Amino acid sequence: MTELPLIGEATAVAAEPRLAGARIGVVTFPGTLDDRDAARAVRLAGGTAVPLWHADTALGDVDAVVIPGGFSYGDYLRAGAIARFAPLMSKIIDAANSDAKLPVLGICNGFQILTESHLLPGSMIKNDHLKFMCRDQVLRVENSNTAWTLDYEAGQEITVPLKNQDGQYIADEKVLDALEAEGRVVFRYVGFNPNGSRRDIAGISNAAGNVVGLMPHPEHAVEVGFGPQSLDGIGGSDTDGLGFFTSVLNKIVGGAK
Amino acid sequence: MTTETTKKFNIDTVENAAKTPDTELPWAELGLKQNEFDEVVKVLGRRPTGAELAMYSVMWSEHCSYKSSKNHLRQFGDKVTEEMKKDMLVGIGENAGVTNLGDGWAVTFKIESHNSPSFVEPYQGAATGIGGIVRDIISMGARPVAVMDPLRFGAIDHPDTARVMHGAVAGIGGYGNSLGLPNIGGEMVFDSVYQGNPLVNALAVGVMRHEDIRLANASGKGNKVVLFGARTGGDGIGGASVLASESFDDTKPSKRPAVQVGDPFAEKVLIECCLELFKGSLVEGIQDLGAAGISCATSELASNGDGGMEVELTSVLLRDPTLTPGEILMSESQERMMAVVTPENIAAFEAVMDKWAVEYSWLGEVTDTGRLIITWDGVVIVDVDPRTVAHDGPVYDRPFARPEWQDSLQADTFTGSVQDAGRPSSPAALAAAVTELIASPNMCSKDWITNQYDRYVGGNTALAYPDDAGVVRVDEETGLGVALATDANGRYTYLDPYHGAQLALAEAYRNVATSGAVPMAVSDCLNFGSPEDPDVMWQLAEAIRGLSDACMVLGIPVTGGNVSLYNQTGTTPIHPSPVVAVLGKLDDVARRTPSGWREDGQAIYLLGTTAAELDGSEWANLRGHLGGLPPKVDLAAERALGEILINASRDGMVDSAHDLSEGGLAAALVESSLRYGVGARIALQDVMDRDGVDLFTALFSETQGRAIVGVPRSEEIRFTDMCTARGFAHTRIGIVDAASGELEINGVETLSLDALREAHEATLPKYFG
Repeated sequence: MTELPLIGEATAVAAEPRLAGARIGVVTFPGTLDDRDAARAVRLAGGTAVPLWHADTALGDVDAVVIPGGFSYGDYLRAGAIARFAPLMSKIIDAANSDAKLPVLGICNGFQILTESHLLPGSMIKNDHLKFMCRDQVLRVENSNTAWTLDYEAGQEITVPLKNQDGQYIADEKVLDALEAEGRVVFRYVGFNPNGSRRDIAGISNAAGNVVGLMPHPEHAVEVGFGPQSLDGIGGSDTDGLGFFTSVLNKIVGGAK
Repeated sequence: MTTETTKKFNIDTVENAAKTPDTELPWAELGLKQNEFDEVVKVLGRRPTGAELAMYSVMWSEHCSYKSSKNHLRQFGDKVTEEMKKDMLVGIGENAGVTNLGDGWAVTFKIESHNSPSFVEPYQGAATGIGGIVRDIISMGARPVAVMDPLRFGAIDHPDTARVMHGAVAGIGGYGNSLGLPNIGGEMVFDSVYQGNPLVNALAVGVMRHEDIRLANASGKGNKVVLFGARTGGDGIGGASVLASESFDDTKPSKRPAVQVGDPFAEKVLIECCLELFKGSLVEGIQDLGAAGISCATSELASNGDGGMEVELTSVLLRDPTLTPGEILMSESQERMMAVVTPENIAAFEAVMDKWAVEYSWLGEVTDTGRLIITWDGVVIVDVDPRTVAHDGPVYDRPFARPEWQDSLQADTFTGSVQDAGRPSSPAALAAAVTELIASPNMCSKDWITNQYDRYVGGNTALAYPDDAGVVRVDEETGLGVALATDANGRYTYLDPYHGAQLALAEAYRNVATSGAVPMAVSDCLNFGSPEDPDVMWQLAEAIRGLSDACMVLGIPVTGGNVSLYNQTGTTPIHPSPVVAVLGKLDDVARRTPSGWREDGQAIYLLGTTAAELDGSEWANLRGHLGGLPPKVDLAAERALGEILINASRDGMVDSAHDLSEGGLAAALVESSLRYGVGARIALQDVMDRDGVDLFTALFSETQGRAIVGVPRSEEIRFTDMCTARGFAHTRIGIVDAASGELEINGVETLSLDALREAHEATLPKYFG
């Protein structure tokens, strides 16, 4: 008989002191919701979270950036359409495209902002069933070579929460073929496509692999007892999302894990 | 701008009112009774101006003044023991009560109704219900951390139910999800009594440090009054448009929505903006604008403070420049707050507004005159004692009497009734009955609803639906957290209002204790029909008496709530529906107890005894019967059960716990199995022998004060010793069987979990897509 971990017991990886020097910026727009959660995920992974404000005109001293979920500016126009014009976004775009290849992770609304900013191709439209959906979602890591997936194995299945209204990923066939051919489909929905996304795509990267966007929320699967309570993942999948953050921290600090 | 605006209206000034005592005023259209209008004239010593009439009519409405219920609600304040007071930091009367959590933390929560707007326009009605209750929580200085929604709709197969259900759920989701507040639970009931009067109640909970508690009062002569957030528009004005004599201009938009329209983005920004104001101690007093808008905010702030305020109404930023002064005073435009700021803090206040791009306008200042003076372009249009508007409204001793039909209703028991014919007894019939029950409208899976709500945001949700209570972590260092549950049973309360209300409280209390939390405080939303009907008034009086008596026994105070009356279609009222929310505290949310069993071989115990109590039950409801007496209330037993569940959780003696309520043991067993998809083998012979009940009764009776728990083998002796020492009935009824994928009950045909899940989850999608 295997002992189940006490619910909420901190079985998250013991943060490695050497990672604390890595500074991950977490952007807040008006209407951002998951910024505290993203910062918590960075901390639990061992890094230092740095709050960034949309109106800032300099990126400051950060080694990577997370654009968290939410409804920036209410998303009344089109998800992410206004946020892309924030002063800070132009700095993020420049840094992501520079030789330094700043690692950038866009989660949910952050993914929408990255496509609106043309850091990533394609776009998100309303879920095919037209409703907001919150569920524990199984994903397959298709590419474990991006800045944010180094700590996963290719083909590994992970469970993270998904919660969105406009999560249906679309792009034209040529773009989709190119993404597949270049290994830029980073995550695919497994078992159930929750929003009608083309080719079950849950997340993609840019060509260099430093910019990754996905609809599901890895920052909500970083702490035992507060992550997915899925039927087959009792006590096991609560922290499946932590690897996003340890991946980038290890990459920044350098050296093998 | 000002002179041009002024010209548009035939301003009814105080000076003019004094000179023209005989002017006809539309007080009846605004909802005032003759005696109430006479009282206004007496209070003022002259006829009111149009603007004053607008204020009095809306503030003296049932919704704002509690004029029919006030005399009864007093019991919540009067029947209070020392035990109930020890953790209460702010009691009834403020925007929401505040309870001490320890370690310098405080928690505030409140439940409110948004019933009528949600029938007229379900999406916006439900959305603004969330918005309003969240602003109540911010007004106390707290950061909102979670919401819950008890919902009651008409018959599941009535064509209009889908309209209300789709709209209300989408509205709650659309608004709540955009605020970053996890939705951690609620209720869903279908009953034709709610067809024309759905109940859309909303609860919000917030936390703060003790030093951050804010109250709604305007004190400090010379301090400035500021209105901030959304602009004031013509929504939610309701009856104010009858003040047509104010307006020269008949080209203005004539059809104004009676239901307010919400902007969740504005609310989210308002939350962050207010928290920044609190952090910098930049406001002296703060009040949200809800029902009765500026009328309510100015009169309440002024009367709770030094008693005076001067406000220039043309300074209000408008969405619709054609609004008359009366309409501006009554507008219920959402996402607005009013605050009192010292002159020294004006610059810092404005910097916070600018950072969040929130609009604001300075309206006036606090005075010590004891008068609320409102001017329009410098001319006085309101000159009142604010207490007379906010607090000294009419209070009625409405006649009430036990309905003539109550005796015959209570005599009509389910057992032996026509509807009871063919009660299932064979294993196959009982298995079919269990499946029918858990697929029924009230007992089926609510995933269709809750999957449209974000339960994760914030990262502190430790339990949410389908567990018995929602649990949210408050302090990430210590694990300190709160648990919340809401419950009501309209059928029980219809059969016996006094005990029915107590049963609602008992169930919410039990649900909170089941999660392992210590119950601390109560908020109630009393949904009833017309108080002018003596039958309904009796139901209300009995329910309040029952609740307040029960709170004394359980030792937890009512810290706030809301009364919603006139929920009836024609002369037919809804079932009396007191929705009771109980808040509890967990020193460490890591110790919380989920509702499903998980570990193979664990023992399953039934706590409490079972009597033949089927009247008002879900089973009787499924068979179309409503009569008799609801299950007996035993509050001492509830308290004893609660202590066992809390201790067992704290000391690691149970791994799962689920309370027994609607649907009895049958529903609880299925729910505990389906929670994690883990089966069990159950044998109820001992229970049947001890309690003298047959298998059907053991499964479907709704006897109170019961729960099922999963106990690790290593803890069994300790657990049973504790129950024995406390003299609480406990029976081992089975073991967890993780590999079987089945729920086996007493040789009743084995139920496969896959089939149960399919039946449980298919119902809502079948009706609502």
